[in-house]
Amino acid sequence: MPELHSIVCMKITPKPEEIRVDPQTMLLDRETARSEINPPDMNALEMALALKDQHGGRVSVLSMGPPFFEPHLRVGLAMGADWVYLLSDRKFAGADTLATTYTLVQGIKQIGEFDLIFCGEESSDGATGQVPPGLAEWLDIGQLTLINRLEISDRQQFARGRREVKGGYEILEVPLPAVVSVKTASNEPRFMDYDRKPWAFSGDNITVWTSADLDLDPQLIGLPGSPTIVTGLADAPIRGRRREFVTGRPDEIAQKLADLIGEAL
Amino acid sequence: MAQSLCEVDSEEPAIWVFLEQEDQAIENVSLELLSKARQMADEIGWPLVGLLMGYRISELAELAFSYGANEVVLAEHSALAQFTVDGFTHAAYQILMERKPSVFLLGATPNGRDLAGRLAVRLRTGLNADCTDLRLDKGRGVLVSEVSGFGGGVLALIEMQKHRPQMATVRPGVFQVRLAGPKRNGQLTRFQVGIREGLIRTKIVEQFKGRGVDLTQAQVLVAGGRGVDGNFEMLEELARLLDGEVGATRPPVDEGHIERERQIGQTGVICRPKVAITCGISGAFHFVVGIQEAELVIAINTDPEAPIFDYADYCIVGDAKEIVPALTEVIRKRGGAPSLQALEVQHA
Repeated sequence: MPELHSIVCMKITPKPEEIRVDPQTMLLDRETARSEINPPDMNALEMALALKDQHGGRVSVLSMGPPFFEPHLRVGLAMGADWVYLLSDRKFAGADTLATTYTLVQGIKQIGEFDLIFCGEESSDGATGQVPPGLAEWLDIGQLTLINRLEISDRQQFARGRREVKGGYEILEVPLPAVVSVKTASNEPRFMDYDRKPWAFSGDNITVWTSADLDLDPQLIGLPGSPTIVTGLADAPIRGRRREFVTGRPDEIAQKLADLIGEAL
Repeated sequence: MAQSLCEVDSEEPAIWVFLEQEDQAIENVSLELLSKARQMADEIGWPLVGLLMGYRISELAELAFSYGANEVVLAEHSALAQFTVDGFTHAAYQILMERKPSVFLLGATPNGRDLAGRLAVRLRTGLNADCTDLRLDKGRGVLVSEVSGFGGGVLALIEMQKHRPQMATVRPGVFQVRLAGPKRNGQLTRFQVGIREGLIRTKIVEQFKGRGVDLTQAQVLVAGGRGVDGNFEMLEELARLLDGEVGATRPPVDEGHIERERQIGQTGVICRPKVAITCGISGAFHFVVGIQEAELVIAINTDPEAPIFDYADYCIVGDAKEIVPALTEVIRKRGGAPSLQALEVQHA
């Protein structure tokens, strides 16, 4: 039986609470925000690593972005991943979902054989969750989304996942290879392995591919490959509120609040 | 630039809405989309079309007409009896390639997102996901989608000018349902879809349907954050008396104090209750977007500097663990939500 190969798609995102729009340029001011691995992607990595613990095989991390992603992605190596592939080229910039999924898929094809593609449920900066089905469509394979538990059949022919929806759940099965998006917070991502750290943070274990290294249609990547364009940007308006402070003893406050609630209903 | 399979020149000038259905009922978000789309369709003078896929569901078309659809395109097939992304993508693709609508809107539900994500790639078109508002530019016939990113602090306007259909998803609760008229007529168009054996890769092994809470419909929301120290029973009691629902910020959900489906905000539910009471919530922006549409916000927090007070109508500096039980007591004495409402009627 061939060894199980999982590819985990990871993104480095600015911490949401530190992002601002520059009022002069109307552009996102990413400089002031610190970056982190997109938290949902940590759950995806953990699910892939747990499968590796159970079935053996290897785990690759795949990301698309600027070179500064590299040190962040090494955290994945220290946690247990075997190799990192970073697709990095200015020509990839400005990609929307269509161009992003196309580029990632060309990277996946370059990596070679795989059984599972793991993604986080969504990214904290875009939060749309459209990448996993997009990848599955380009690859013409099945998908399991919002999965919080996953099993692989004995002969590694099927993946069976539990999908929590609307207070209930579904158990779904797809043939491998398949794309799996992992429900946020469905597991506890492991800490970095102390013994792996020296190798993870200095070793020759990252492959960086530019557009020239991949078999790409230049019309399908970056800004030219993106059907959607941003035509305006603004800080979200805040609805005006009264901001009136209510003071007194708890029972006095409670009487006042009950009046207010009664009026509002 | 790579082209979409459907071109602008050959588009059908119409707004299409995916009518998501389960157990013989159309999802609320689809009715919300119909209501919003009806308004846009009237402004630009285009027809509104609902896309209904499933098995033995033709009677649901009536409901779509009453929410403003001029036409319902119906694809019935035994292989569509349950939602699978392969089956529904295949059916929708055949229909959309035939009719080539200018705009296609879907609810950002788990299944709606799966379908939209696959379909957009198959059609080689763009997808504006999780829009917070939609506008149809009358002169150009271009859909302008408003999306919020980065935890809700930033808004972007997004268009696709050269690709069709213009696809967008909208989360439940963003738009309000508006009945166009109970006895409105519409045209039902049946569409035969072919689904060959083996096309559907997903096998549904087991399905358990929970009751599922729908916080988007709650009139009263009692939300708790870190500051309630996991004491959600206290909030449930208050919510019950007010005929409301309990919600939460992300930390209590992550810590297992409450179900994830009750998480409010950017990555959770967007609510529009009459009253939102936030307890021990500091007010991070990604939470606040979830209660922005509330008519009245009451915030209880020990820290007078907490940002939540900027987003509240009435601010109480205090411990939710003291204020909430006191409030619960007062409301219980007054007989709960029904009598509070009755009191209001008497005043009027």
